[in-house]
Amino acid sequence: MHLLWAIPALPLAGFLILFLTEGRLPRSVVSSIGAGSVGLAALLTGYVAWQFTSSDSSEFVSSSWTWMIVGEFNVSFRLWVDALSLVMVSVITGVGFLIHWYATGYMSEEEGYSRFFCYMNLFVFAMLILVMGDNLLLLFLGWEGVGLCSYLLIGFFHKVPEFGYAARKAFVVTRVGDTFLIIALFLIFKQVGSLQIQEGLTFARESMPDPATINTIICLLLLGGAVGKSAQVPLQTWLPDAMAGPTPVSALIHAATMVTAGVYLIARMQDFFMLSQTAMLCVAAVGLVTLFIASFTALVQSDIKRVLAYSTMSQIGYMFFALGVGAWSAGLFHLMTHAFFKALLFLASGSVILAMHHEQNMFKMGGLWKKLPIPFIAMLVGSAALVALPLTSGFFSKDAILLTAWKNSPYAILFWTVAVIAAFLTSLYTVRMMVLTFFGKPQSEMHELKKESLWHPSRIRTVVPFGLLAVLSIAGGWMGFEFTSDLFGDKGVHAEFHFDPIALLTLGIPFAGVVVGYFLFASDLVDRRKIIKNRLSDLLSKFWHSGWGFDWLYDTLVVKPFRFIAQTRTNRNDIVDLFFKLIKFLASLFHHILSMFQTGHVRWYAFTMVGGLLLVFLAVVWI
Amino acid sequence: MSVMLLILLLLGAGVVAWVSERVNTTLPNWIALITFVATTLWVLVIWFNGPDTDGLYANLNREWIPRFGIDLHLRVDALSLMLIGLTTFLGIVAVVSSWTETKTRHGFFQFNILWVMAGVIGVFSAFDLFLFFFFWEVMLIPMYFLIAIWGHEDKEYASMKFFLFTQISGLLMLVAIVALVWINYNISGVLTFDYDVLKEANLDIATARLLMLGFFIAFITKLPSVPVHTWLPDAHTQAPTAGSVILAGILLKTGAYGIIRFVVPMFNEASKEFWVWGMSLGVISILYGGYLAYSQTDFKRLVAYSSIAHMGFILVGVYSFSKLGTQGAIITMIAHGFSTAALFMMAGAIQERLHTREMSKMGGLWVRAPRMGAVTMFFVVASVGMPGLGNFIGEFLVLIGAFQKSVVLTVFAAIGIVVAAVYGLSLMQRSFQGVPNPDVPKMHDFAFREMSVMVLLMIALVWVGIYPQSLLQMTAPLLSELLRPTL
Repeated sequence: MHLLWAIPALPLAGFLILFLTEGRLPRSVVSSIGAGSVGLAALLTGYVAWQFTSSDSSEFVSSSWTWMIVGEFNVSFRLWVDALSLVMVSVITGVGFLIHWYATGYMSEEEGYSRFFCYMNLFVFAMLILVMGDNLLLLFLGWEGVGLCSYLLIGFFHKVPEFGYAARKAFVVTRVGDTFLIIALFLIFKQVGSLQIQEGLTFARESMPDPATINTIICLLLLGGAVGKSAQVPLQTWLPDAMAGPTPVSALIHAATMVTAGVYLIARMQDFFMLSQTAMLCVAAVGLVTLFIASFTALVQSDIKRVLAYSTMSQIGYMFFALGVGAWSAGLFHLMTHAFFKALLFLASGSVILAMHHEQNMFKMGGLWKKLPIPFIAMLVGSAALVALPLTSGFFSKDAILLTAWKNSPYAILFWTVAVIAAFLTSLYTVRMMVLTFFGKPQSEMHELKKESLWHPSRIRTVVPFGLLAVLSIAGGWMGFEFTSDLFGDKGVHAEFHFDPIALLTLGIPFAGVVVGYFLFASDLVDRRKIIKNRLSDLLSKFWHSGWGFDWLYDTLVVKPFRFIAQTRTNRNDIVDLFFKLIKFLASLFHHILSMFQTGHVRWYAFTMVGGLLLVFLAVVWI
Repeated sequence: MSVMLLILLLLGAGVVAWVSERVNTTLPNWIALITFVATTLWVLVIWFNGPDTDGLYANLNREWIPRFGIDLHLRVDALSLMLIGLTTFLGIVAVVSSWTETKTRHGFFQFNILWVMAGVIGVFSAFDLFLFFFFWEVMLIPMYFLIAIWGHEDKEYASMKFFLFTQISGLLMLVAIVALVWINYNISGVLTFDYDVLKEANLDIATARLLMLGFFIAFITKLPSVPVHTWLPDAHTQAPTAGSVILAGILLKTGAYGIIRFVVPMFNEASKEFWVWGMSLGVISILYGGYLAYSQTDFKRLVAYSSIAHMGFILVGVYSFSKLGTQGAIITMIAHGFSTAALFMMAGAIQERLHTREMSKMGGLWVRAPRMGAVTMFFVVASVGMPGLGNFIGEFLVLIGAFQKSVVLTVFAAIGIVVAAVYGLSLMQRSFQGVPNPDVPKMHDFAFREMSVMVLLMIALVWVGIYPQSLLQMTAPLLSELLRPTL
């Protein structure tokens, strides 16, 4: 008996309690329910993971409960966990708990405290179902559930209309991806005759018809779904706007867990993807393009959370890239380490933002390291891991990806070069962010920092999560790879570290980036004003700032025409109805014409009678 | 026998409610409420007692007008029982939602509600075509009164439009029924209106096509589907809340029921040829209805157009001629009944409080009435098709069934999922989110009366969402009969 079902049941129970009490519970109770349920789930995950590693079986299965059966179509509520799922579950509950804990402090002065934790718990539940479901429909339930919670939490401060629009954008854009995913489900059912994930994988391994065009289509549709959820090109535009949500939400949903669902989906459906070169190439290309575009964009943002958002996008790009070149374990490994250090970065930036009275513009910060030492150290650690300095967790995972790309990808030189350039850019924008926020001269008058937020009485709520995440960001690399490397058995590709030029270059690039970044943004050697004034760099920076114009493109092509037609009056009044209105018009027209003959004068009636008779008579004679 | 008693009970209660307004103006409400609660419990008892060996829950077959072969044939199988249960349950919702809305002629109002419901139950259980048509008309006229007397500003226009659309399409059906009976009489020498006999009538394909169209047009007008949907937005918008709840929750389902029960089994071959048209109409309804829903600025009108989109899924499901699609259509009927009833009730509640349905005059209502906000969010999310709630099950089964038949049409129908998100969330944002409208200083939140009904509807949707099997297994044995795979 391995209490598998209890892991998602705990946050679900938390959600139900908070939902049914309608915010009438005192805040302390809400905190213990909200964070406690996830904490218990994390403990339980630890226990299950221990059971799992000490048992011989490679999968844990819960008892099942019928969801629906129609003919051969049969899906049930059943949890199914292997090493891959377990890594995901650990990240979700572990990092999730730390973020929840942090949020009990972060949100303590906001309205709707209970509502916040209600949504957060629902999110954790949905995310757990996503990674633990044994069939694709259950996965889809989690998939849509996390989307809903993301929507609810982005628009959490519902009085601000922009946040509402950001939330809607996130939901609708990811729904486009979801539509691809659901069509993939239909196609898989048509091919395999079941939505059971394991049956599908077996089918893919053993009886997929050859040539596997259908398989490629399935993979591309799945990729479409993954791209939407994981904010990859071309459906990436919602993520930066999603930063409207409270910072713990950004940390949990838009950095550590939900946005990596796409990576999980592809990793989960590995056997399908392994069959199709085209699909693998597409996955790698999507990742590469995203990480390239997002890195440049992060370089010119002024909002600290948007820098982190674009950074998240590009790091997920690395994961896609890794999957696409066959470095499955490295990709998953990066997912895990990224969850640690990006959650840390977001939480630390959250503390900065809170201290600055919700100012997110880095140009209005500066010189904060003395005043906010704890967030500063936390952010320093997170940045080191993001940049992939040696011995941090990010180093192990990113290096593994880059080296595998060199050894294993079809277009090794191109792929590797782009990925390395992006790594260089990562260093640049990270240094820029740190310099603008923490160094230099204070840039605004807003330094009346709230005393309590600096030395908050309950600062344990920030310090402990920071500390644990910092330890994981550093040490997560040493322990993690062993764990993730046997996720995929011998199917993945591993790159051993050898001292050759490529390896050294890969190792050195982050340092080069940091050094260049220092000269560019911190030292006086480079005249920054000159760069800003240069027309080309101005143009480029505007272009990058807008996220390479994707928003503009979608606005012009889709949103504006859609709105325009919707708002014209005839359309609101339903064009089809014009036809029925015409009938009505004709009917009343004839009514009026005929009623004109009804004058009430006997003479007129007599005249028409005689006239009518005459006509009939003539007609008879003629015919 | 029980179903006849059920109908008579509703008819009788209607008369009692009408006269009881002389005693007290709230007495009719109580009589109607008690009647619906009692009938709902009654249906539940029948439900739990289970079917007999033929899969029937009730069966009554008496001669009525033997000279023309017309029988009093009422039969309740699983499909009928579900819809009858939905009807009596939404009766409770309708009565509660209009509890304080009517200002005049309270008794006559409840009389009409009870009589519509009686007619609907008759429609869902009649297995004699003449009787079916009789009930079809019985439910129409009280509905007309509900809109014409207690409706809003444009009630004359809306009620007349509703009446004409239904009446003219009903006439087509009547012609088709009479023609079918006559042709069957000429072939077999038996004059009968009985469903079971006429289902086996040996029609040549050309005649079958023509007769099928007669039924089909009547039913898609009721459903409604593009292009004969235009009565619905007007009727819904103008109807009193109870009227909208009944219209959307139940009356539309009679159209869907008609297609599933009559068009497909009776004109099986002709229908199978017709599948592209049926499915295409469904897809067009999904997209066009969804798009128009987004264009609206009137809360109720938006929900009304969204109903057209949801009903499109039923057409797609039925004309996919698969078990999955048909089951999906049936689940959609039930789930949409719950979710739309709730949304119309919400529209009515807002109108009662703010005296407007214009969303530009709302905004930020969540701050004023958080409970109403949360409830609306729940039902919007349900109607957007969130897994775990009923509507998703229906739409998913429809689409996965349709996919086996036509990939292209299914893909277009699936786009409707995105459109649903667009209009659903826009409804939510325009009314409940954003800056609180300063013109709305105060708004009473839901109290016990409204909340209790909403909670029941929520439970119902969750139940259909996570345990649809309880419904699926009931209708599963019917499928082969309804689909009639080519012999």
